Amino acid sequence: MSSPVKVSLEPERYELKAGPLYRFDLDRREFFKFLGAGILVVSILRQSSWSQESGGARRAGDSLPKEIDAWLHIGESGNVTVYTGKVEVGQNIRTSLSQAVAEELRVPVARVEMVMGDTQLTPFDMGTFGSRTTPTMNLQLRKVASAARDLLIDLAAKEWKADSQELSAGDGKVTDGKTKRSIEYAALVKGQQLSQTIPPEDPLMPAANWEVLGKAQPKVGGRDFVTGKHRYPSDQTLPGMWYGKVLRPPAFGATLVSIDTTKAEQLGAVVVRDANFVGVAAPSSAAVSSALAALHAEWKSEPQPSGKDLFTYLKQSPKEGKDPTGDGDRQESGNVEQALATAAMRLQQSYTVSYIAHVPLEPRAALAKWEGESLTVWTGTQRPFGVRGELAEAFHIPEDKVRVLMPDTGSAYGGKHTGETAIEAARMAKAAKRPVKVTWSREEEFTWAYFRPAGVIEVTSGVQKDGTITAWEFHNYNSGSAGIKPYYEISNQRIVFHESNSPLRQGSYRALASTANHFARESHMDELANGLNMDPLQFRLKNLKNERLRDVFQAAAEKFGWGNRKAVSGQGFGMGGGYEKLGNIATFVEVNVDSKTGVVKVVRVISAFECGAIVNPDNLRSQVEGANVQGLGGALFEVIQFENGKILNPRLSQYRVPRFKDLPVTETILLDRKDLPSAGAGECPMIGLAPAIANAIFDATKVRLRSLPLVPQGLKMFA
Amino acid sequence: MPTIQLSINGRSHHVDADPQTSLLTVLREHLDMTGSKYGCGEGQCGACTVLVDGRAQRSCLTRLSTLGQKHITTIEGLASGDRLHRVQQAFLDEGAMQCAYCTSGMIMSAVSLLNRNPHPSQNEIVDFMNGNICRCGVYSLVIRAIQKAADAPLDSSTVKKAAQ
Repeated sequence: MSSPVKVSLEPERYELKAGPLYRFDLDRREFFKFLGAGILVVSILRQSSWSQESGGARRAGDSLPKEIDAWLHIGESGNVTVYTGKVEVGQNIRTSLSQAVAEELRVPVARVEMVMGDTQLTPFDMGTFGSRTTPTMNLQLRKVASAARDLLIDLAAKEWKADSQELSAGDGKVTDGKTKRSIEYAALVKGQQLSQTIPPEDPLMPAANWEVLGKAQPKVGGRDFVTGKHRYPSDQTLPGMWYGKVLRPPAFGATLVSIDTTKAEQLGAVVVRDANFVGVAAPSSAAVSSALAALHAEWKSEPQPSGKDLFTYLKQSPKEGKDPTGDGDRQESGNVEQALATAAMRLQQSYTVSYIAHVPLEPRAALAKWEGESLTVWTGTQRPFGVRGELAEAFHIPEDKVRVLMPDTGSAYGGKHTGETAIEAARMAKAAKRPVKVTWSREEEFTWAYFRPAGVIEVTSGVQKDGTITAWEFHNYNSGSAGIKPYYEISNQRIVFHESNSPLRQGSYRALASTANHFARESHMDELANGLNMDPLQFRLKNLKNERLRDVFQAAAEKFGWGNRKAVSGQGFGMGGGYEKLGNIATFVEVNVDSKTGVVKVVRVISAFECGAIVNPDNLRSQVEGANVQGLGGALFEVIQFENGKILNPRLSQYRVPRFKDLPVTETILLDRKDLPSAGAGECPMIGLAPAIANAIFDATKVRLRSLPLVPQGLKMFA
Repeated sequence: MPTIQLSINGRSHHVDADPQTSLLTVLREHLDMTGSKYGCGEGQCGACTVLVDGRAQRSCLTRLSTLGQKHITTIEGLASGDRLHRVQQAFLDEGAMQCAYCTSGMIMSAVSLLNRNPHPSQNEIVDFMNGNICRCGVYSLVIRAIQKAADAPLDSSTVKKAAQ
């Protein structure tokens, strides 16, 4: 009999969140003044009183609800413009969201323009993270487009005095099935100023009938990316713009004792000193570099923990007020002690993960411009509204004086949630009295951004002879609680997340702690299977009831040829998988370990992934394979080395990331569950790889590696 | 500051810059040609790759003083008017990009490879392209795009256009 389960784990602890400070009523007339005549459909994410009261009726009044999360406008030209606070960082949502609108509105994708991540033009959005765009915004936009289509059909019915049931929409037109006459959307919206919210119940096109969604669609604006025409945040310019750089202290947390700015100022640079912030702005980046070199600063820093002591430090440094023995951050069921005492086999192991960096190829960049008390910043961020809040706070101005624009950005992977570069550029622009652009160097990006949290994970388990897991105790120190709960059926569990003081600044990363927790869990599963002399796949399936997870494990096993394994010398097979952000992944890996040199090569990676109804198969495959390629780095060799407040490897020549030569043979099986809602795919696919590689290395060598990265010494196991 | 003459994408440009300035800085800052990207500043990532006399070179490590009368081609100069270069077209057709910040550099490296070796094997592609990093991990699609471009007739884009 299991005791009540206390669920107080907070998976998104490291997703830095900030709510909006202000919400103002929107004026319906303002919308049309800005957008031009046409029809407007707004989406309300939460069930607000407004939407319940209005029941999706058309609005004649002047105000629109505050809780809007997206809106769609069809102008007199018939062009469709959609406004959403979501942002594009390479995950291709500009394309998939356009598909969602095109599907329900029955217009070509090319007719849809997405306006994204502009705090002045788009509705508030918490941010683009957590694989939330597809399950939430994609669905909302389908509803918005569907409501707009119904509205157009109603307009046509009125125009023709026909029964709207007889009319259908397609290819940007409404057609009367009886009379065969048709009318363009453009003609229907001419001179109209109609607005409405999405009705509470409106059937959407079922996935089985999708014509635009569920199919490959070339990247919207793709041509601008292959011609170099697209302007990323770091490519933005303004007339009279200067360049800015921050003087970085020699160690984290250092305080400025003294500084001589005379020489730098003599060179014509503007130097800003504000507490520990020192910024230099000048007309060219060369002039900034000269001025920065001419500064003479004295800093004072305190001794800090170093990488060699990291894991001991994390275990011994609980965050104040976060008592892991208390009620918070733990979950229990059954009686773990009793189950361990009666188990046929017990296993206790410890696993570690290092800090790693996101290394977005485009480093953080921001261009800031002041006009009086109003501030405009172009920057690459996953949270434009969060950055707006940070700017308002930093400069003590109301949020409505700040506009943040987010041009499609050179990747983020959870690493661009914060607005430090925006604040730096704005601070210098204010002092220089002109627009200033700040682009971080790779070294700054490696040092002054934040890292994926390091962690220690301790697992104690007990199994019966037949392979039933009866006891599972899991302690995660610092790395986070995303994916901490086992999906295996275990009657007696104790799961605890211990929040520690982190020696380095840490934050979100693609899949958060799910990679760490899956690495520990799926490695441990392999160790148990090995101890029981059971096949690792059979052992997993014996303890797994979740059908969706069973399906991906079985699909990947079949493609991989798990049953027909024939090991040659140095060859090893392994698997890992799990559940995260509504997605299910199983990854099977073949490695080769050279017994003479000890060099590990990941030869083959087969993944099966399922995240409901597939929105865009090509993009989904690219996300899964991209996650596996990126995951190779954290699994095999990526590690941030640090000592006493300094990063020791802040360059790409010192911090290895996966390259062409690391690429294994990859195959991806996409299970399309048209009967299930579509979920995101940015994160989940990453989590199976690291344990699969560790398990394959064990299979090849009988050596169990329990630390990520597994082979930091240039892929050599026996360095 | 001396005036230096550069030949970029078939046009002559005069820039006032220290001869030790990097070509990347001149392209981006002096000439507002921002298609070549900064990624690392030490020739490790390939995002800044341009062609110098037809060969791939990291513009972040290329000093102006080394260029003389050499012909520089950047991503902006690759297409002929509206007609994309076959490597650009292949990247587009294969969807060989996610955030695409590496794409300019990838394309320029690939053009350089095909200039020297019109039909590279997969291993030759991997060897040559190893200096270009894609953090989104679309390497297999880039390989496929390069193979497709290698197989394409030289005027593939014209044919494509006519067929539409």
